[in-house]
Amino acid sequence: MIATLMFYLLGAVALGATVMAIIQRNPVYSVIYLVKSIFSLALIFYLLGAPMIAALQIIVYAGAIMVLFLFVIMMLEVTPTNAATRTAPGWFHWGPVLLLALTLVALTLMLIGLDPVSSEGVPRWHASPRDFGYTLFKEYALAVKIISFQLSFAAVGAFHVGMTERRRARQEDAS
Amino acid sequence: MSESLVTLALIAVKLGLIFAVILFMAAYLVLAERKILGRMQLRYGPNRTGPFGLMQPLADVIKLLTKEDFVPARADKWLFLLAPGITAVTALLVFAVVPFGPTREIFGQQVPLVVVDLNIGVLYVLGVSSMAVYGVVLGGWASNSKYSLLGGVRGLSQMISYELSLGLSLVPVIMMARSFSLTDIVMAQQNLPFLLLNPVAFGVFFICVLAESNRIPFDLPEAENELVGGFHTEYSGMRFGLFFVGEYINMVVLGSLLTVFFLGGWHGPWLPPLAWFLIKVLAVCAMFIWIRASMPRLRYDQLMNLGWKILLPLSLLNILVTGAVLLGWG
Repeated sequence: MIATLMFYLLGAVALGATVMAIIQRNPVYSVIYLVKSIFSLALIFYLLGAPMIAALQIIVYAGAIMVLFLFVIMMLEVTPTNAATRTAPGWFHWGPVLLLALTLVALTLMLIGLDPVSSEGVPRWHASPRDFGYTLFKEYALAVKIISFQLSFAAVGAFHVGMTERRRARQEDAS
Repeated sequence: MSESLVTLALIAVKLGLIFAVILFMAAYLVLAERKILGRMQLRYGPNRTGPFGLMQPLADVIKLLTKEDFVPARADKWLFLLAPGITAVTALLVFAVVPFGPTREIFGQQVPLVVVDLNIGVLYVLGVSSMAVYGVVLGGWASNSKYSLLGGVRGLSQMISYELSLGLSLVPVIMMARSFSLTDIVMAQQNLPFLLLNPVAFGVFFICVLAESNRIPFDLPEAENELVGGFHTEYSGMRFGLFFVGEYINMVVLGSLLTVFFLGGWHGPWLPPLAWFLIKVLAVCAMFIWIRASMPRLRYDQLMNLGWKILLPLSLLNILVTGAVLLGWG
């Protein structure tokens, strides 16, 4: 019961945050809403019995990729503008607060549900990190290796492009 | 039903106690830092308020609360007001998975001395602590001031560079403990702390933790002599106080993480487990303060070189070596 309720709650938050991320004019706000949406997605993963994916979702997407996005946006010198929000309708102001509050409510319910004594709450069929690791690195070992090879190709490629740019700049300096 | 009510009450009590103890420790760490720094620089430090200056944190709080809560005219108000909270809350949230003692029996119930023992504890710690940077960045950006923005961007790039080595330096610990749960990691160090088993991982983790807490020698985001106050230049009153307290909460939390991952947690001879845990955490905090008193700030390129060219390869190599040794042993 609680789990179903939480699923719809988190789904609503994720959808709302994603819509807000698209319609926002200020890129910094878009990033914040996207982080919020990623957070609710991670909690949904947790609810579905995949704590490992949930944690990786937060570490990789919210903790690394969004931070990188934010870094680039900061470099673009986007300044805060209050003019747009001043003329905006009322829900523009309390919308973000509501979304955040809903996420927190879900989180609290989840922490209560984690308690092993109470019978109802989060389902008990969680995939432990150990099971997850065995499945990933035994059954799908080849796929994992192919993907990691591709990632290293991409890294080497990016490095190569960066190197030639720098070398070109140096040659221009010399001539 | 009453069973689960008791459990809920115990969780609530644990949460309240941890909250109170951490805030108390953070407040007195400020005083301890000022005192120890003072002594190391051949002066007294605060000694006017109460006996030995012990009431100083209280006086500071009263002063900060009665000051004007100022928001710059062109700032982004909502984010500006929100950012200090993000910093303090993420620091507090990490502590939810830190075990500070063995399971005890209270009111006929087995009570583990940890709020929740997640089986993905280490990943939870990494995830939540990577959220802390949003407080610094959004605070710096929302202030709409060049100094704050520079501070925020520096905090961001520093975090990206050191987060990676931080995570990788924990991989050998997980390999040795064979679990992501922090309680299991402490249990695995019953005989020998991981500090002695894998000093390289400890070194890398310690440096990354220093960088993560934005303290000297890694305090570029708030470098006073170039950026006025860095990301918190525009903050005043208790919001500045929240940033400030957040930093010290972070110190306590990161000290506990170091204790759990490398110093054997609550294990130790003679004294009760809780006392050992407290002693180890305070020792790490004292180490942080000592380092602040004796190190200059790194230059930006030195910071990047250290992170990407030394710590990252070192931690990767350490994973390989640890793996090989574990394979050869088992």
